[in-house]
Amino acid sequence: MKARIMRLIGLTMAVLAIVSCAGASSAGDVESASRNCTWCHGTLGHGYTIAPRLAGQRHEYIMDQLYDFRTHARDNPFSQQYMWGATANLGPQTARDLAAYFSTLPPTPANDGDRALAEIGREIFLEGIPEYDIASCAACHGPNAEGIGQIPRLGGLSYSYLKRRLAQWGEGYHVAAEPPMPRIASRLAPNEIAALASYLSFIQ
Amino acid sequence: MKVISLQSALLAIAFVAAGHAVAGNRSTAPRGGGGSKVEFCEDCHGLSGQGYRGYLTMPRLAGQQPEYIENQLRNFAERSRDRDIFINMSRVHGLSPEMRSAVAAHFRGLDPAPVGGGPRNLVATGQKIFEEGIPEANVPACSACHGPDAKGQATIPRLAGQLYPYTVKQLSGWSKERGQAAAKDDTTAVMTSISHNLTAPQIDAIAAYLSYLR
Repeated sequence: MKARIMRLIGLTMAVLAIVSCAGASSAGDVESASRNCTWCHGTLGHGYTIAPRLAGQRHEYIMDQLYDFRTHARDNPFSQQYMWGATANLGPQTARDLAAYFSTLPPTPANDGDRALAEIGREIFLEGIPEYDIASCAACHGPNAEGIGQIPRLGGLSYSYLKRRLAQWGEGYHVAAEPPMPRIASRLAPNEIAALASYLSFIQ
Repeated sequence: MKVISLQSALLAIAFVAAGHAVAGNRSTAPRGGGGSKVEFCEDCHGLSGQGYRGYLTMPRLAGQQPEYIENQLRNFAERSRDRDIFINMSRVHGLSPEMRSAVAAHFRGLDPAPVGGGPRNLVATGQKIFEEGIPEANVPACSACHGPDAKGQATIPRLAGQLYPYTVKQLSGWSKERGQAAAKDDTTAVMTSISHNLTAPQIDAIAAYLSYLR
């Protein structure tokens, strides 16, 4: 049953990704363009299943990611499956407008991590693990994981998205991302990724 | 160079042994570093030590005086610098004395272009203050100690190419973060009264000048 639902969601997303290829080309079309995003990312950009929350995300970060999807630099499987097509015809002005729109929506936390791991995750987030050459996440992402400029807000993103994203650097995806994330994330052990993703999912 | 990397490798092993694994249960060997703490420093301070602006501004280390870097690392470790920040600076900068000298020697040899970032229109004013000081406000010429090219010497830091927001923050709140261990031969205490005699626009100008200085 669960597998069938997942297949159905996957199929729906594939169709919607194709629809969104049509993309808007002028600033006046932002509203219709954002509708193409919200099919998967949720009406208020709060994220849905595999599609991460966009609400409250830093607009420079959203723009960078749209560019990376379009140039295929961000190359993990779901990106290839959904976002490469969705961004294929996306002009720079529409990308800017979409990024500005979603960045202003209020973010709410996913709250879907493992509570028991949150405290360990918090310690790693604030101090890193110097013994294993893992730098403090908070130094760049901020004390509440709010992000700044090109550096994304991580607080309140879903556990499954954060976990997958952190693990994929270690698997060799998106290696062209701005340093130092590919290097730092690839040093994290699976249990450390689970702890970080849990902690972050609860941040307001 | 070979000697340094061998030394760093040995020290890295010592560091891992001395530390405690925060999350435990690490099933794989540490995958980081390749035997040196340099990569760990670079992850925040930039791949060429050029500095980086995240939520915090991580200062430029490239071309910095080794003695100054070692002193600051010691100040972090002894909690006489940046005590009240939301990150445990003592832990994230917790290198052994031998590792401190190895990383200091590494960054000494780097010379990337300055990141820049200060307001261009303030550069001329900043240069004048740097070279001549502000006698009527009891501010000596910065160049008198930091050198005409702002390259520093021994315990006196290089300022050339330092990131604009970093210099502004340091000079604006000197006694909040620095000069807290004057009794223990912390030479940064020298800057306390000088920084207090500078106005905010003067600080901005000095920082702007330094941010472009190669």
